[in-house]
Amino acid sequence: MAVAIVSALCTVGVMALFQNVSDRKAEARHDVLRLAPIDETTVDPKEWGKSFPRQYDAYLRTVDVERTRYGGSENIQKLDDDPLLRTIFAGYAFSIDYREERGHAYMLSDQRETERVTKKTQPGACLQCHASNLVAYRKAGLEGGAPGKLTDTLTSPEGLAQLQQGFEKLCAIPYDDATKTVDHPIACLDCHDPATLAVRVTRPGFLAGIRALAKSSEPVPHLPSIESWRKGSRARDYDPNQDASRQELRSMVCGQCHVEYYFKGEKKLLTYPWDNGLKVEQIEKHYDDEGFSDWTHADSGAKVLKAQHPEFEMWSQGIHARSGVACADCHMPYKREGALKFSDHHVRSPLLEPARSCQICHPYPEQEILARAAAIQDRTKKLLDAAEHATVDLIGALKRAKDSGVSDTDLEPARKLQRQAQFRADFIAAENSMGFHAPQESARILAEAIDFARQGQIALLQTTKK
Amino acid sequence: MPAPARLPLGFAGLLAAVSIGIFAGSGLYTFSYAEGLSYLSDDPRACVNCHIMREQFDGWQKASHHARATCNDCHVPHDLIGKYTAKAVHGWRHSKGFTLNDFHEPIQILPEDLDIVRQNCMRCHGELVSHLADDDCIRCHSAVGHGPPR
Repeated sequence: MAVAIVSALCTVGVMALFQNVSDRKAEARHDVLRLAPIDETTVDPKEWGKSFPRQYDAYLRTVDVERTRYGGSENIQKLDDDPLLRTIFAGYAFSIDYREERGHAYMLSDQRETERVTKKTQPGACLQCHASNLVAYRKAGLEGGAPGKLTDTLTSPEGLAQLQQGFEKLCAIPYDDATKTVDHPIACLDCHDPATLAVRVTRPGFLAGIRALAKSSEPVPHLPSIESWRKGSRARDYDPNQDASRQELRSMVCGQCHVEYYFKGEKKLLTYPWDNGLKVEQIEKHYDDEGFSDWTHADSGAKVLKAQHPEFEMWSQGIHARSGVACADCHMPYKREGALKFSDHHVRSPLLEPARSCQICHPYPEQEILARAAAIQDRTKKLLDAAEHATVDLIGALKRAKDSGVSDTDLEPARKLQRQAQFRADFIAAENSMGFHAPQESARILAEAIDFARQGQIALLQTTKK
Repeated sequence: MPAPARLPLGFAGLLAAVSIGIFAGSGLYTFSYAEGLSYLSDDPRACVNCHIMREQFDGWQKASHHARATCNDCHVPHDLIGKYTAKAVHGWRHSKGFTLNDFHEPIQILPEDLDIVRQNCMRCHGELVSHLADDDCIRCHSAVGHGPPR
């Protein structure tokens, strides 16, 4: 009898194991069950989530508020953290409110709440990167007479015409009106083709920017499809949705927004200044040629620039890009559930999970990996502090010279140097990696910032002596 | 009159026999369903039955050793007892890990298994490199087996 009971229990164990093996096999066979129809008009990510629950669950977690040494997603006021910023941005909206950006889930509400928007008038152009806006753009385009219908594939000629026309229209109207046309922060439709789920780029500003970059002669070894387009007939413009590999698109989707940009002309057309290349001085040259400045500095009278968040540009200068590592490899590392593998849609800092992000390629203990990253960031921070102090010293010197009656003509060389120094320091400060995306390039830029600022002070000394 | 035919087993014995039969049958079926026999072979495809090593398998197909060495050439010893002992130990650890989902990711080789790999490097290349003091071959030649890291 005892033998019978033992073998019965063993059989239960075997059947449980059978069940487990069977589950794993089922997971490996199919991972998508389409439960709700989705098309080019499905903005609500919840509808997509019915068929892609793992991706959707992770996407929802971008509400998490976590901190790393130099970044994170708490909305701390950077102006209190680093009072030098109030001097550097004097006379500009960033001296009123410069809070740390939170996770993707908050992009729309944070933009609606920031005092840069509530206390200053901003254009609808801001909306390109803070909302799921494709349907809003296309509707506006169709109202303006663009061809086709809303359900056309976005990347079809009709779809793109609708998108561009609506984009231009909504860029020009006031932000308060534009923001009424959208309901969601970035969602599935913004990065995925609803028919095939393939990754795609959809932002008109990016499409124009990357076309301009392709036409330049700046080497881009990390974007091989651009290099090969350049060697071809060039019968049509470079189009990432036709030309780029999936691996390139896994960076380009992020580069649609994590970039340097400005609002061009009276129509406030959102523009990526990439026609000379992606390096800081090439972007600066674009602004110089356009005669563009973001504002006139309140203390010094210099016409200065604000860098945005040039992650795509800085990543482009780094060893990871050069080695073919995409943004998504580290910020959306693969995740496994049972026998299923999928990209983690909880987009965040790799420092919060170095095992899945880094150890795939760097087989060292997590503590060692974190220490290596911290070494890069700590060194960059020291250089950045020096660059900001040098910039503030130059601003002080300019203010004193201006107040003591030195002419605009005599101040001009030092003001130009402030513009150069300040843009470089800000390019690194505003970039979200504290130098990690391209350590040596960051050091080069900050060294130039310090140099230009001190040159400016020397120029002023000579003026005062005259 | 002949004695009445008696069952060779009592009721309890019959129950035990049937239970053992069911256990053996379902066990054998599960073993075959889980492709248990494949693990006794040298076929590299057995190593991706559970999908965890898919990347290593894919990488190996593009790596320099693809034409000369399969998984077992590097990852198990080459004497009969050593080979099947290693297979049993790995098999237990991997199936436990995959069933309970409690292993470190990305997967990492254990020090004792790294020793097996090194010995297998020397098995083929020993003559050429025996004068080297350090036999930690794959610290530098990390791409020969599974290809460059992705």
